Amino acid sequence: MFEPKIVVFACNWCTYAAVDLAGTSRISYPPNVRVIRVMCSGRVDPQFVLEAFKNGADGVIVAGCHPPVDCHYTNGNIKALRRFTLFRRLLNDLGIEQERFRLEWISASEADKWVKVVSEMVEDVRKLGPFKPKLGVKEV
Amino acid sequence: MKEIIIDPITRLEGHGKIIIVLDDDGNAKRAYFQVPELRGFEKFAEGRAAEDMPIITPRICGVCPMAHHMASTKALDDLYKIDPPSAAKKIRELAYNVFMLEDHALHFYILAGPDFIVGPTAPKSERNVVGVIKKVGLEVGKRIIVTRKKLRDINTRLAGKVIHPVFGVPGGVSKPVSEDDAKEIRAIANEALDFAMFTLKAFKDLVLSKKEILDLIISEAYTHRTYYMGLVDDKNRVNFYDGKIKIVTPSGKEFAKFDVHEYQNYIQEHVEPWTYIKFPFIRQVGWKGFVDGEDSGIYCVAPLARLNVADGMATPLAQEAYEEMYEMLSGKPVHHTLAFHWARVIEMVYAAERIKELAEDPELTDKNVRVMPTSTPSIGIGVVEAPRGTLIHHYETDELGRIKRANLIVATQQNAARIALSVDKAAKSFVKRGIIDEGLLNMVEIAFRAYDPCHACGTHSLPGSMPFKIYLYNEDGKLLNVITREQ
Amino acid sequence: MSERVKVAFYWCASCGGCEEAVVDLAEKILDVINLVDIVFWPVAMDFKLEDVERMPDNSITVSFINGGIRLSEHEKVVKLLRQKSKLVVAFGACSSWGGIPGLANLYTREEILERAYLTTPTTHNPDKIIPGSKTEVEIDNTKIEVPVFLASLKPLDEVIDVDYYIPGCPPTPNVTWKALETLLSGNLPSKGSVLGASDRSLCDECPLNKTKPENVLIKEFKRIVNFNPEPNKCLLVQGLPCLGPVTRGGCGALCVNANMPCTGCFGPLSDVRDYGGKAISYLASILDLDNEEDIKRELSKIIDATGLVYKYYLPKSALKGKVGGSKS
Repeated sequence: MFEPKIVVFACNWCTYAAVDLAGTSRISYPPNVRVIRVMCSGRVDPQFVLEAFKNGADGVIVAGCHPPVDCHYTNGNIKALRRFTLFRRLLNDLGIEQERFRLEWISASEADKWVKVVSEMVEDVRKLGPFKPKLGVKEV
Repeated sequence: MKEIIIDPITRLEGHGKIIIVLDDDGNAKRAYFQVPELRGFEKFAEGRAAEDMPIITPRICGVCPMAHHMASTKALDDLYKIDPPSAAKKIRELAYNVFMLEDHALHFYILAGPDFIVGPTAPKSERNVVGVIKKVGLEVGKRIIVTRKKLRDINTRLAGKVIHPVFGVPGGVSKPVSEDDAKEIRAIANEALDFAMFTLKAFKDLVLSKKEILDLIISEAYTHRTYYMGLVDDKNRVNFYDGKIKIVTPSGKEFAKFDVHEYQNYIQEHVEPWTYIKFPFIRQVGWKGFVDGEDSGIYCVAPLARLNVADGMATPLAQEAYEEMYEMLSGKPVHHTLAFHWARVIEMVYAAERIKELAEDPELTDKNVRVMPTSTPSIGIGVVEAPRGTLIHHYETDELGRIKRANLIVATQQNAARIALSVDKAAKSFVKRGIIDEGLLNMVEIAFRAYDPCHACGTHSLPGSMPFKIYLYNEDGKLLNVITREQ
Repeated sequence: MSERVKVAFYWCASCGGCEEAVVDLAEKILDVINLVDIVFWPVAMDFKLEDVERMPDNSITVSFINGGIRLSEHEKVVKLLRQKSKLVVAFGACSSWGGIPGLANLYTREEILERAYLTTPTTHNPDKIIPGSKTEVEIDNTKIEVPVFLASLKPLDEVIDVDYYIPGCPPTPNVTWKALETLLSGNLPSKGSVLGASDRSLCDECPLNKTKPENVLIKEFKRIVNFNPEPNKCLLVQGLPCLGPVTRGGCGALCVNANMPCTGCFGPLSDVRDYGGKAISYLASILDLDNEEDIKRELSKIIDATGLVYKYYLPKSALKGKVGGSKS
């Protein structure tokens, strides 16, 4: 069975803590994720997501603190919201299925939400199959 | 069956190739003129914002970017159903005529000049821009370079960039002309007119005074009786920026005069499997293959076609030159391909006179250069006369102004069939019993240059000569001989 | 450089604007001819490909190549030039990143051919002939070769090794001249460098920069289609998506001088990995709205995000174009 690789950019203050909590609470979740800790979802540049896809990710999650007020840096999550709202349109034009990219708000206490998001994502992407970062036609 | 391939070096190794098929006796049966060039603008326009089209479409051709920019901008006016303020139209038309003048000058002096000013029978080593300068003098050579630069600088001021302009927006232009700019433009306008008149005189002195060149121009080898198409103003005079599209028959009768919105009723494009260029033809007459005459829908655009469809020129000096040409070539329409050069010089005079008129127009510096769109976009069609002929941009959009479909009728494309006729005629005249006469090379080369071809509006020949290679194949496709045109 | 410098120019899928831009050096072109020998320039001079084939390897000092790689024969010629040249310079936006014809990578070859030859309203093609669908066509018992239209457009450095880049659509004469001076100085910068242009963003040289605050914040995006910006005021501040902040300088802000926003033809600064990603990031971050609905509404005014941020850059971007369905 195809095992998708999911890259997660998780904010240090909320989502990463939730990932930790899931671990310390011994809740199992699919092992398909590669979590990259960033200080804030507002630090995640769309270029990072493109690089992840280019380097073999089948799906990408950007996750941070709940808007409007949870952000440790006041409004980093709002910045992420703005960026990825526009970025999603780019992904759509480039033919990337919407299930392959998610922007999620997961607080430090929401280990269960983390598990749910990851499980859904793995299932959705598994149905889509591997992401092939190349043009969809063959050379003669 | 033998096959000859002539590979002109306008774009080396294939960008514009001639293939001649021989019959069993080794005589040319049919010649093919291949343009291997496709970039897919009509497809990737889809999804783009309409206001980006004047930025995107100039990249079809960096030699005539202003033509695409302007056709596109006019298509946007039509898309949003807005009539730009008078000053904006004048600014556009001024920039457009500046562009026509410098583009025609480039062609006349650097591309065609070697054939006519130096002479079609001069040694190849002299048939280049250096030879032209030798003939006309270094001072004149410098004048050509300096005038061209000044004209292009005007368009940097008016249009932002001279290669790939940006000033065209729906309903007008992006900025008014300042008093400083206007002063500068007026000064250059006078020089430009002197330069155009000098060019006309040079053409008369160096070209028309020679009987052998005049004989060449009217020779049957360079004659095709086709339909002609071009824009005319409300008095049926040549206009580059706006007007109605007029078509005349090979005998010179008006066949149609229509608004660009009706272009689909008159123009269709034929597809051949061996070339990427499509062959437009007159719909009512139909595609009858590569033949000329009243029954064949093949038509011709560009300077000579414009003059053939018009009743005259809108400015006095150009009108004088126009009358002189038709008198000397005994009436309209003129079917001689080489008269393109003459028509081009007459158009230079018109462009320069029009520049002067517009530069001196007090309205040029009016600050009101834009009208805002109010209607919901759906279809926009724009037309201009590019240096190389009628150019049509047609866009269909969604209600946000995002392109759903685009159709482009590009200038050179419309001459493709006539160019093929020229090539075919040359082959049939000069390839006999498998022997290729040197005359073939000369004839093809000179005929080509007259059209100033800009294949798929991207394959444009600049300075220098146009050498050919001929590959002679036997019927098994084995290479028998390669003949290279030496300098 | 002690021996006389030998220079080649070549064009692939280009518009000819790069060649015109070289001609626009005007009187300086005479200086160039005094300094170098031009050994190959199909548009202007009578040297043939066989002449290049006969040259010893590395005998051309520098080859300037413009246009993207769209046809099979482009690949063939640039590989030959690489073999014969000490240095290869990608000249202009198309060669560097694909340029505007690179937007074709949003569609498949089949879609492009179908539109061009079957479905435009004026096409009359009852036999449904599509050129380029076969590499060889038989007519009058003669096989005629048609060069292959490749599946996508590629920047030069995807086909051959490239030493330097000169940006711009087209490179402006001052940029071309500066790049030539650098190459002729013999004091060559590190491989992969951008020549002739600035190392700072366009804003740095923009005449309107003094009207741009440290942190640009806007409440709405405007479209030039129904907005007339006031002159002498930063276009971004007025709401037009100007790409100056994420674009390399060097052109002298030509478009802004015409009261039009920068569309990014000088490409990214050196530290950027994907121009489009960077541009998205910048444009979204200046939008000073917090509510999700407001954000969506304003961003929807950018009706073609891809055409905006990848206008000149798509084939060089991380994904190179539309990826197509992964299952098909």
